[in-house]
Amino acid sequence: MRYQRWFTPWVLVVPALAWLLVFNLWPSINTVILSFTNAKPLGGGTFVGLRNFETLLHDEQLRWALLNSVIYMVVCLPFLTVLPLLLAVLVEKKLPGITFFRTAFYTPVVASAVVVALIWQWILDDRGLVNGLAEKLGVISGPLPFLSDQWLLLLSAISLTIWKGLGYYMIIYLAALGNVGRELHEAAAVDGAGPFRRFVHITIPGVRGTMILISILISVSALRVFSELFILSGGKGGPGGRDNSVVMLIQQYSQGFEGNLGYASALSIVLFFVTVVPMLVLARLNRRGAEA
Amino acid sequence: MTVVTDPPRPAVVPSDSGTPGRRRRGSFGFNTISPREKVVRYALLVLVLIITIGPFLWQLSTSLKGSGEDIYTRIPRLLPSQPTLEHYGAVTDTIPVWDYARNSLVVAALVVSGNIIGSSLAGFALSRLQFRGRRVVLGLFLATLVLPGEVTIISQYVTVREFGLANTLFGVALPGMIGALNVLLMYNAFRSLPIEVDQAAIVDGANVWQRFVYIGLPSVRGTMSVVAIFAFIGAWDDFLWPLIVLTDPDKYTLTVGLQYLSGTFSNNPRLIAAGTMIAFIPIVIVFATLQRFFFKGVEEGAVKG
Repeated sequence: MRYQRWFTPWVLVVPALAWLLVFNLWPSINTVILSFTNAKPLGGGTFVGLRNFETLLHDEQLRWALLNSVIYMVVCLPFLTVLPLLLAVLVEKKLPGITFFRTAFYTPVVASAVVVALIWQWILDDRGLVNGLAEKLGVISGPLPFLSDQWLLLLSAISLTIWKGLGYYMIIYLAALGNVGRELHEAAAVDGAGPFRRFVHITIPGVRGTMILISILISVSALRVFSELFILSGGKGGPGGRDNSVVMLIQQYSQGFEGNLGYASALSIVLFFVTVVPMLVLARLNRRGAEA
Repeated sequence: MTVVTDPPRPAVVPSDSGTPGRRRRGSFGFNTISPREKVVRYALLVLVLIITIGPFLWQLSTSLKGSGEDIYTRIPRLLPSQPTLEHYGAVTDTIPVWDYARNSLVVAALVVSGNIIGSSLAGFALSRLQFRGRRVVLGLFLATLVLPGEVTIISQYVTVREFGLANTLFGVALPGMIGALNVLLMYNAFRSLPIEVDQAAIVDGANVWQRFVYIGLPSVRGTMSVVAIFAFIGAWDDFLWPLIVLTDPDKYTLTVGLQYLSGTFSNNPRLIAAGTMIAFIPIVIVFATLQRFFFKGVEEGAVKG
């Protein structure tokens, strides 16, 4: 039997491998190296020891950013694990026109975060749709400062993230629902279980693994939030820069003459550890649940 | 993250992982929907539709409202009373929006072609060819998935700068041209093809390239289109990376350009609305045309997150 020459597989693998080494692996090592320097966006930089990490400890903006990230994650988690599942159950049945609804529900996902954030910025404007309608209905007397109050701005960005994520997680749940045993539902229905009890006792246990996976995805992406907060706050990070996220701080330090890539790299390392924690916790939860 | 596996062959797709419609044939009585349930379902569907699509329609409507029309009215009107396209012209006068669109298109085209070529070659080799170090390479690709892209974005910028590509469109496209996730997707897709097919082809004297082109590629078209769709959407929508790489307003991509527009002309919502629609409509067209490939992948039980 004719066999391939030893280098043939490598010829095929090399482009992808080169990309992996140059744009993934080397940058992860270089991030650590850079974090001990004061490199500038335009070049240069010298070894500064642990100075960047000392600065981290006293960085008030970072403290706000971390608090915002935790709030972001805690609020997003319940909404984005539950609502998309309900949505998936709703679009699972093949009614006429269901493809249209599925596609439409997915539209916010394919739109750029910049586009949807600009749309929401207009809707949440002092004179925008939400304030206009609420005033018309007499719910409020003056416009609510959705985009200028520290906490309302954070809340607006969180709702935007939830709204944009619905379709994405719906699709993942939809795929998982296809694997939930049909027979279980039928048997339970014969035994007189209503739709609600079947949902709780069959659907939810059936998609449990997916649910854990989705929770990990939600937590990590909530901790990495950038565009929504950046656009809604006009790039300024809210009043006094207290609506920044960690990624927004990284971006701020990456530019201009004031920029400091060394410090931005130190922030990147903080971001790495922050995102690893929920992954480990939830992965552990998954293992324990599987044993029980 | 989306993992897609092509089904081994259409005939082998287990019927219970298919569409609910396909299943309904097997158990008709259980699945008949009462008229009342139908009404409730459609009512809920329409409600969600308003929530998800409403904001886009509102923006479209704002972009079409005449300059004399009061867009701040306390009685919101969805249909413009003096519909006009003038703001689309005005946007092009204030920022070079078509240049930005072309820049975005260039980046997206590079990213899509790079990913299709690079990841299918590597995916094929990793799944269908035996060689020393295969497992190590596979492990490397898997390991990078844990790392959020934002963590390495700064040193990625340093790398691109050292290549002399800072502030260029090629620099924007380059790091994303072969994604580790896409390599794994293609790896998975090629793996579902039975190895006997390859062995038969080897007996017939087919070389690696022939097996790749005539056996491998035709069987992974589904996954390939999903890779292409996501690569396009990802490149077109990306904001943080081009924002870091590009400093020159001439070279902005659409997302960065839009942010620039909103920072400079935030006093005219109609103008910004027109700009967002110019960025939004192409992606909707791309997705609407290709959505059947996408949802087919989903119904095959392929998307695993």
